[in-house]
Amino acid sequence: MSIWYQLVDLLPFQWAKPDSMLFMKNALLAVLIISPLFGLLSTMVVENRMAFFSDALGHSAFTGIAIGTLCGFIDATWSAVLLAVVFALLFTWVQRKTRMASDTIIGVFASTAIALGIFISTLGGHSFAKFNSLLIGDILSVSPGKIAILAIILGLVLILWIVRLNQLTLAAVHPVLADSRGIHIGLLESLFNCAIAVVVTLSLSWVGLLVINSLLVLPGAGARNIAKNMRQYTLFSLLGAIISGIAGLMISFYVGTSTGASITLCLAVFFGITFYLRRT
Amino acid sequence: MKPLKHNRCTMGCHGSCCLRVDNLSVTMGSDQILEQVSFHMHCGELIALIGPNGAGKSSLFRSILGQMPYTGSIQFQAAAGNRMNARIGYVPQSPSFDASDPVSVLDLFVASISSWPVFLPIPNALRTQVGDSLKRVNGSDLIDKPVGALSGGELQRVLLAMALEPVPNILILDEPTSGVDIDGERQLLTLLDDIRTRYDLSILLSTHDLSTLHLVDKVILLKQRILKIGPPKEVLASPEFHSLFLRPFQKGGEAL
Repeated sequence: MSIWYQLVDLLPFQWAKPDSMLFMKNALLAVLIISPLFGLLSTMVVENRMAFFSDALGHSAFTGIAIGTLCGFIDATWSAVLLAVVFALLFTWVQRKTRMASDTIIGVFASTAIALGIFISTLGGHSFAKFNSLLIGDILSVSPGKIAILAIILGLVLILWIVRLNQLTLAAVHPVLADSRGIHIGLLESLFNCAIAVVVTLSLSWVGLLVINSLLVLPGAGARNIAKNMRQYTLFSLLGAIISGIAGLMISFYVGTSTGASITLCLAVFFGITFYLRRT
Repeated sequence: MKPLKHNRCTMGCHGSCCLRVDNLSVTMGSDQILEQVSFHMHCGELIALIGPNGAGKSSLFRSILGQMPYTGSIQFQAAAGNRMNARIGYVPQSPSFDASDPVSVLDLFVASISSWPVFLPIPNALRTQVGDSLKRVNGSDLIDKPVGALSGGELQRVLLAMALEPVPNILILDEPTSGVDIDGERQLLTLLDDIRTRYDLSILLSTHDLSTLHLVDKVILLKQRILKIGPPKEVLASPEFHSLFLRPFQKGGEAL
């Protein structure tokens, strides 16, 4: 971390002065790690038409945190990660087993998860207020330990991308064709959905439940407006996510707004610009 | 179009078998999808599968592809006579892309034939290989087009080129002419005829387009069971065909 602090000290901002405002420096590093994560995942979330699916996963992460708190864990994150992964696997399984339209299944799961979360968190007459921070998120609360975990996850997602992106692409285009090429679609979907579940859950308390899904949808959606192939798609999505992430953090610092919402608005502007420049 | 002949057949059928389907039955829940389907397919043969929607055409394909549980047997045999695990090329029914889909033809190709991750710059050697593949289907100019921008015929040719990489023993096409205009259709069928003689492979395709049936060697009329099998003329003249496709007050080619 000290190397990072020294690096940031070189920036010409007031908060970048040596030995001051460490929370802001932590937040900047966190943004630099989660925004490429979301930028990468976003390309395949959009390509696989999973915009609402990822929303439901966000809800299940909230349920997990509520259950963890109920059980008295000081840090409920790990129970949330576990539950989100179980939920993602169950979800993938149900979706493969039923012929019902996927938006219906997602509706069933998302509402069940959020209802269970609220039910548990208010059990015994408790106030919901202590969970309010989860709805909006607070990136300034980020700890160096969590940043390290997310850096490791960014590495794992990069490996997943190198090893499995081709199969994900083919499965998104045509599942039966992918199957005829020997791709195990159920396994692939489970793997990808677990990756989303873990990333969403770990960053939930920073970004906020209400806007986290926008981070999984907007970078890819914006990049699609102008990308002509997968390389451009990935690059634009990454750039959009990173630039919006940094810009959103700065805005939230100087204007005093929620970081998650500020980043989302920057992403919306990114989408607006690419929509204006779109290729078709 | 003459079927190519090979000798030394061990599976007991006349001429040379490439694919032999015996008593194939598929049930899904309480529904019987396919019942006692048996037919042989010879090397170089072009067979068309016709039948109303829900007749079990796709289920037959998926059984041959090994994607569906079935009873009965499906065997492959090489020209030399020994049984083998056949390489099957599959051309799916044209998927629909939204027009903003950023996957290009090159991406789709590389994603299916190599392990090079498509989000990284694609090496020239791979690009040349894809270009050569596309040349087989007269599609060299399509390499950089996004798949969402392709016409129905262009997309079919790209999918065909992918199925030929590597060259399979049996080529299966699901409704290759649906969503393709007359020119595209003629081009596709000429191409298929050229391919099967050049690479000595058998082609099984399903179609709703009865006007192209005179180009194939054999027609299978399927509706849960095989109602009629034989040369196109014979099947088209049969009472079974008439009762399924030509009865008054039913839609014609798109029956049921």
